[in-house]
Amino acid sequence: MKISCEQAADICNRSQYNESKFWERIKLRLHLRLCKTCKNYSTKNAKLTSLCDKAGLCSLSKEDKENMKRNLGERL
Amino acid sequence: MAEHKLFPDQWVDRYADYLFNYAVVRVSDAELAKDLVQETFVAGLNSAKNFKGNASERTWLISILKRKVIDHYRRSNSKKGKAEVRMNYRSDSQAEGDWMEEQVADPFSRDGDNIMENEELGIAIQECLDKLPKKQAQVFKMKTIQGMDTEDICNELDINPSNLWVMIHRARTSLMGCLNENWF
Repeated sequence: MKISCEQAADICNRSQYNESKFWERIKLRLHLRLCKTCKNYSTKNAKLTSLCDKAGLCSLSKEDKENMKRNLGERL
Repeated sequence: MAEHKLFPDQWVDRYADYLFNYAVVRVSDAELAKDLVQETFVAGLNSAKNFKGNASERTWLISILKRKVIDHYRRSNSKKGKAEVRMNYRSDSQAEGDWMEEQVADPFSRDGDNIMENEELGIAIQECLDKLPKKQAQVFKMKTIQGMDTEDICNELDINPSNLWVMIHRARTSLMGCLNENWF
């Protein structure tokens, strides 16, 4: 059941994108109880996720950017 | 102060998303925002010789975009009937009570504050992303902002999942540090 801090960070990162498995999350929980550094990292990581959601950032699609580049390229 | 220079061939990669976010918040229409960004680049190119190098490239482009947004509202205002205020009791409303009082802005609403704060946050995140190595920022944006699947990103960038997660880890750690002072 024991995992290293690197593994904990990896699971924590994937959890931010809902890509961790159930058992991994159990192991992570256990690790976080024992390791303050990882606990701290995990809290901040979750906060970063919520900040990114809150900011509601959007970005242009690849095609849009290609179009813009072409359009600018013709004028350069 | 170092003189700033313009690199129009890199504008799209470096500033398109930044300008797009700025515009979307103000015109709340993605298509229109896209057009405004495009117009901004063209205008920037046309007046590149007037660029004095006092401000950074990005600040300069934002100031052009600001004008574009203002122009957009001027145009759309002049199309409307001028100074005409129309108010109807809502006939289609299912809500209880149709009083005028319910249709005006709530003076105690703090929505405005929230919008402003979120916008500042968005700018702060963009600025922090700018400081990251290009590839890290790219992976982070694809994953977090565009919400792409890990597999798709790996195919597109020709990397393996463990590379991807290492880059995400580095990006997230740097972002936490960068945003730390004001937002955590």
